[in-house]
Amino acid sequence: MELKGLFLKANNELENTGNLLKSRRVICRKCAKPVSVARIRKNSFICPECGHYFQVRARRRILMLTDKRSFMEMDREMESRNILGFPGYEEKLSAAKEKSRETEGVICGEASIGGSRVCIFAMDGNFMMGSMGAVVGEKITRLFEYATDRHLPVIGVTVSGGARMQEGMVSLMQMSKISAAVKRHDNQGNLYIVLLTNPTTGGVDASFAMLGDITLAEPGARVGFAGPRVIEKTLNQKLPEGFQKAERVLECGFIDAIVPRQEQKEYLDRLLKLHGF
Amino acid sequence: MKDYDIVKAARSELRFTSVDFIGLTVKDFTELHGDRLFGEDRAVIAGIGRIGDTAVTVIGIEKGKSTEERIEHNFGSAMPEGYRKALRLMKQAEKFQRPVICFVDTAGAYCGINAEERGQGRAIAECLAEMSDLKTPILSIVIGEGGSGGALALSHADRIWMLEDAYFSVVSPESCANILWKTPERADAAAEALGLTAARLYELGLIDRVVRCDEIPELEKRIAEQIRELQGLSVETLVSQRYRKFRKVGY
Repeated sequence: MELKGLFLKANNELENTGNLLKSRRVICRKCAKPVSVARIRKNSFICPECGHYFQVRARRRILMLTDKRSFMEMDREMESRNILGFPGYEEKLSAAKEKSRETEGVICGEASIGGSRVCIFAMDGNFMMGSMGAVVGEKITRLFEYATDRHLPVIGVTVSGGARMQEGMVSLMQMSKISAAVKRHDNQGNLYIVLLTNPTTGGVDASFAMLGDITLAEPGARVGFAGPRVIEKTLNQKLPEGFQKAERVLECGFIDAIVPRQEQKEYLDRLLKLHGF
Repeated sequence: MKDYDIVKAARSELRFTSVDFIGLTVKDFTELHGDRLFGEDRAVIAGIGRIGDTAVTVIGIEKGKSTEERIEHNFGSAMPEGYRKALRLMKQAEKFQRPVICFVDTAGAYCGINAEERGQGRAIAECLAEMSDLKTPILSIVIGEGGSGGALALSHADRIWMLEDAYFSVVSPESCANILWKTPERADAAAEALGLTAARLYELGLIDRVVRCDEIPELEKRIAEQIRELQGLSVETLVSQRYRKFRKVGY
């Protein structure tokens, strides 16, 4: 019931499929074949025809990774303000809330995975492309502080275009703020596992996404600092095949493992147990 | 002066660069090279020297002046190895209890295939995390361009100063205008909206001091005073104050 409600109202899981969202079938963006929504959902939001990974909203992501009914959300009520009086920001926020049906771009809380207590955050790509403003920064920082005080591991699922322009330097400095909280968590001997999903770029890549003890990624996820178009424009050349894709980033030495969506929960469970949880 | 004029002034080729500020404020500057992992990045110049009576570690992002120099210094856009060199020398400063002074002047971290594949994101992230916990005073001074993450990487400091005609921004006004309004022509409006000037950032409580241009001749003295003040704190107080400084940003 809950899942069905999420799907029908949110109309964003399969946001790249155009106006077929409300029908029972969608056209896969990658293979362009019509696929039944029920089959995609049953298949962890992966196209059963070609293996394309559909975007998963934060709330569902948490459901997929944690034990049933174990998630308790923290700081849900926090909402962004237009700190700088940036033109058009309020409208953008309203549209993002409507599109994502969330109040901000990250969901944080406590849950269990395979019976182990963890803190978990998941960013939401439908909320202004998962951009990081003061609220996203504050929520993640609070989660790390909460976890540090209780010696809990943190699991983080990232998807982001980077810092949120409309909050200027306040958003950029969230990188500093979160990184400092991660470092304190780390100093106390706590575990932090990151799951990079498509795309994880900009200021998020250059801060907490790259500070995990263990760094996992979804197949094909774009992971990088600068956007590909910016690089192409700077260099005035085409980028090589597979550039900034998780598989290539693993070859370059910045990811521990690429874990298919269906195996992620079990994988996290195993890692937690190996750390004595 | 309009905000966008400040951005343009900060980019001026006639400006003092890090080398000038090091020359002006640091005695016996002795440059040290390399990140011990991959190579030597000339966009970051770093070493040890003396300010007042105190031995310090100095790190500057350098743009160069002549065309040749600019190419040598990659126009002040650092590669991952530049940030790793900076971090190596900051850890060394911690070991020898030397304060760290950073001169920040960059349009941004270099974006290119090699920079990405050697982990630009990770290099910046490591600077942020490690500087947050560095057990020695850090003072960062933005002397020209504070271009996004590449500038932030060397600004996780106990005190952030900015020259009155420098800027610090999450994104360049041109990119911002391009993304939001699909035209770089409105960069001036974007500059205004981003709140990127020293005066505005001071007002927002994000930086600690605006350095007037007429104060530059006495900058060594000002830095020496600031270092002395920070050295008066216990390491625990220093590090926890630094944590709180960033902890309160935006909330």
